[in-house]
Amino acid sequence: MGEDIGEMGGVFQCTAGLSSEFGARRVIETPISEACIGGCAVGAAATGLVVPIVEVQIMDMVPLMMEKVVNQAQRDAEGRSVSMPIVIRGPQGGGHRLSAQHSQSLEAWFTAVPGLKVVMPSTPHDAKGLLLAAVRDPNPVIFLEHKNLYQLPRSHVPDGDYEVPLGVASILREGTDVTLVATSNMVHEALKAAGRLAARKEQPVSVEVIDPRTLWPLDEATILDSVQRTSRLVIAHEAPRRGGWGGELLSVVQEKAFDYLDAPITIVAGRDCPLPYNAALEKACIPGAAQIAEACLAVVQRPGFDQ
Amino acid sequence: MVKVSEFDKVFNEAQRQGRLSFYFTNRGEEACSVGSGAALRDDDWVWPQYRELGATFWRGYTIEEAANQCCHNELDATKGRQLPMHIGSPEKHLMYVKSNLGQQVPAANGAAYAMKLQRKGRCSITYFGEGCASEGDIPSALNIASVHGCPTIFFCRNNGYAISTHTDDQYKSDGIAPRGVAFGMPTIRVDGNDLLAVYAATRAARRIAVEEGKPALIEAMTYRIGAHSTSDDDSKYRRADSPEEGYDSERAYWDARSPIVRFGRFLEARGLWTAEEETALRKTERAASIKALNDAEKRAQPHVKHLFTDVLDEPPWMLRQQQADLKAHLAKYSEHYAEVTAEQIESM
Repeated sequence: MGEDIGEMGGVFQCTAGLSSEFGARRVIETPISEACIGGCAVGAAATGLVVPIVEVQIMDMVPLMMEKVVNQAQRDAEGRSVSMPIVIRGPQGGGHRLSAQHSQSLEAWFTAVPGLKVVMPSTPHDAKGLLLAAVRDPNPVIFLEHKNLYQLPRSHVPDGDYEVPLGVASILREGTDVTLVATSNMVHEALKAAGRLAARKEQPVSVEVIDPRTLWPLDEATILDSVQRTSRLVIAHEAPRRGGWGGELLSVVQEKAFDYLDAPITIVAGRDCPLPYNAALEKACIPGAAQIAEACLAVVQRPGFDQ
Repeated sequence: MVKVSEFDKVFNEAQRQGRLSFYFTNRGEEACSVGSGAALRDDDWVWPQYRELGATFWRGYTIEEAANQCCHNELDATKGRQLPMHIGSPEKHLMYVKSNLGQQVPAANGAAYAMKLQRKGRCSITYFGEGCASEGDIPSALNIASVHGCPTIFFCRNNGYAISTHTDDQYKSDGIAPRGVAFGMPTIRVDGNDLLAVYAATRAARRIAVEEGKPALIEAMTYRIGAHSTSDDDSKYRRADSPEEGYDSERAYWDARSPIVRFGRFLEARGLWTAEEETALRKTERAASIKALNDAEKRAQPHVKHLFTDVLDEPPWMLRQQQADLKAHLAKYSEHYAEVTAEQIESM
């Protein structure tokens, strides 16, 4: 269900071809009311007859649907288990000069809601597998895509049916000196940074890059195991620093792995400003490989680094 | 209607006695819920607001179930998570009463559409007051129901007050009915205090919904004789003057023509009912409600483990950890948790 998802195939083409294959009865192009779309999906899910997949055209519009996301799309909203196999998906993220109201990263809001799974794929391969897992999961899931990811090469996506499990992090690059946890589009910046650091002629740095993929419930064990091996943690996300999800992860790791840490945990995040339209200004707001690499180098070049 | 009325009296009084924290009555609106409920099939989906106890009882939900929910005991289907009167039963296609206003209305569309997609031949009915109709969700829901042909019956109880807000301050239109017309759906305005008229209107709406695959709006004109709930003092805002001579107050005017009074007189006039039978029925229903309340109060509290159930289908790892932490905490500080029994702690 969603706006413009029918013949047009969605403003980001995520539903292209679905309407002709499955028909207008199942690919429902709705009038413009995020609140009502969310509400209808909640009601449909509660019958147990269908699995609604809601597209939020641009995730910045989700505040218009927040009552449904936070309060209604819950298995125990009514105090007892109610069928709620709902998936709410849509694009987040900046870098496309769409300005503040079309570029936000809002995952921290949703991780504060018990009972709502929060998923952020970083690759097309994972997006397909995680989406299939989310659709088959009997719990409500909010599925946060990044606009940049729609442009990544299609060759990475296998045909056929496969799932990527929810609640499981992925170690994309193994390393020994720093654990670098990144989400969504920042995963690609993190991998670039890790590559540059490994290629340094003097004092190359070995970075372990982890993509949590599901923020709630979070695979803390994989991250903690990594930090125990590397003793350093850098977190990278596009959302602004203050109130961002990075703070939540930082609090968990400092509580559970304090004695393993050789450096303060560092968060590389967006500036605490609304994202501007102007290209240069927007670029200055969003972190990239350079800042991530600097942060990794800084935690490594502290007294005690003994390579 | 009498069952609802007597249950209301007992449980409202119980709140005033401090035995319940909260209660909503249905006074004056019994015909809206019983009349409409009776016109439905048992597996039509009901998406209530909170003043539809009549439709809920009609569907087979018992006074014992309602009492257990209000007393949030171990048999409460909502497992102690919700305020009193957040009643419901998905097995009976009765969605639970929701805390936030109006949320049932767009949801009813989704349920209706899902049933239509699967050719179930059923409809949804959703109830809301004239105050709730001001919420943004309601016009959107009317619109999407029309556009997509959701077999939804929108049942508006126009009862004169939204907590303290009189209809004069709620809308400047001719009630809610024009909104159905505005969004392109068949609309019926009915005397909400006439049980048989409400029944007939709902039957007509149901036929439209199920046979034509279209929504319909019913605006039932009624009057809220009681307060909004046990949390407001309606003497502060209820209008004093009766609309006609011969009654002490607005409330007295409507009391004299409440659904139960009117239907009682209708039956008496046809030799089908007597005042004595009514007195006896009220006595029986009152006794049953009192027994249900007393029994419900004596039951144990819900198991504390239900903090962690139903958050997801299976508790995720951090909730299992928190449950273990809580078990240890409750064991260590048991003197501060008098209501949590040793058996509950053991079996967590």
